[in-house]
Amino acid sequence: MEYLIAFVVGGLICVIGQLLLDVAKMTPAHVMSTLVVSGVVLDFIGVYDKLIDFAGAGATVPITSFGHSLYHGAIAEAQKNGLIGVATGIFEVTSAGISAAITFSFLASLIFKPKG
Amino acid sequence: MESQNPSARVSRQTWYFDQDVRLLSSAVVVGPKEGKGPLANYFDKIHSDLYAGQQTWEDAEKQLMADAIQILLKKAGIADKDVDVILAGDLLNQNITTNFTAEQLEIPLMGMYGACSTSMLTLATAASLVNAGYATRAIAACSSHNATAERQYRYPTEYGGQKPPTAQWTVTGAGAGLVGIGGSGPRITYATIGKVVDMGVKDPFDMGSAMAPAAASTLQTHFADTGRSPDSYDLIVTGDLASVGYPILKELMLAQGYDMDKVYNDCGLMVYPPDEADVLAGASGCASSAVVTYGYIVDQLNKGLLKKVLVCATGALLSPVSYQQGHSIPCIAHAVALEGGI
Repeated sequence: MEYLIAFVVGGLICVIGQLLLDVAKMTPAHVMSTLVVSGVVLDFIGVYDKLIDFAGAGATVPITSFGHSLYHGAIAEAQKNGLIGVATGIFEVTSAGISAAITFSFLASLIFKPKG
Repeated sequence: MESQNPSARVSRQTWYFDQDVRLLSSAVVVGPKEGKGPLANYFDKIHSDLYAGQQTWEDAEKQLMADAIQILLKKAGIADKDVDVILAGDLLNQNITTNFTAEQLEIPLMGMYGACSTSMLTLATAASLVNAGYATRAIAACSSHNATAERQYRYPTEYGGQKPPTAQWTVTGAGAGLVGIGGSGPRITYATIGKVVDMGVKDPFDMGSAMAPAAASTLQTHFADTGRSPDSYDLIVTGDLASVGYPILKELMLAQGYDMDKVYNDCGLMVYPPDEADVLAGASGCASSAVVTYGYIVDQLNKGLLKKVLVCATGALLSPVSYQQGHSIPCIAHAVALEGGI
């Protein structure tokens, strides 16, 4: 059952993304930023953590969870160090993901050549 | 009715070539996908690799154009010093394919840009220079490359962005034609230069809808100026309206009383097999009309299987900056009439 919920919730987030592309005619970059910011807003109003409890990977895998992680990192540091913590903490939780993206992209670019 | 002895200037937009201006020879070079298409037999060289043996796609496109011009000179049996001027263009910033190719040729260059209408823009201008006596022989050439065009106008291929079904597939290829007076080869009789038409379409993934009104404007002007009708031709092709723009053009023409049904096709629907899913709505790019015209159409005219053909190349004059700043897509179309057996 939890697999099914994860599948449906994750799928619904992707449906929103597809609708933004096809119906709202947004560019891929705009869709991505909109979903990330939505994750931040949903976390701010206390919804996203509940969604993760409910759907698990269905909520943590889509890009909205990146917004959720940005928010968590910023808030945690802000509570420790004040306003400057927003700047120093924002990428704290997501740092592993960003580093992995850069490292693996770099490694892939060394090995592969785009085919067109 | 069609006038028997039109003057060179038929109207503000239409020229009649009153000398015996001919397309003496032509050459087409394409990439792997086009080489598997239904017109493969009409192409002079097919590169099996999208890189055409080069390190980058931009260098590959340059190779395609250089190959097309070299094959053209060889087929015509002349050297580059025998050509007075080359008129050429491509889709990349600052026309780099054209400029870097011409650097290796000993031929004066006029670089031209008309987006995908460049094929007929260069051919019409070459014919007018030859007709007026400013050039004895002129080359018209253009190129496009799928991966360089994606990077230039939309997203780099490596980015892997989704495309809607109205999007088209830029042809990887180059075409070149040699224009001169007398001899054999199809006669170039008329050219109609288009005006910019902008119907407010803003989607760079839907060029067919954007360009159809420009093609209709040029074709209607051509028929009105020459006294000809669609039935005067065995074949009328547009450059790259593809499956979205094709029915729109037919409708726009019919609304003005021109029934295109029997003679009309679109180069964007001719380059790839009809069941090729990758190409979405069909082919696009300068090379779409160029490879069909300089390959298939010239061959059929020379064999007498086609007598009169009108090629109306369509161009979307957007830049990445113009559409990112919310502007709609201005479009243009230029038409050239080719006639065999006269």
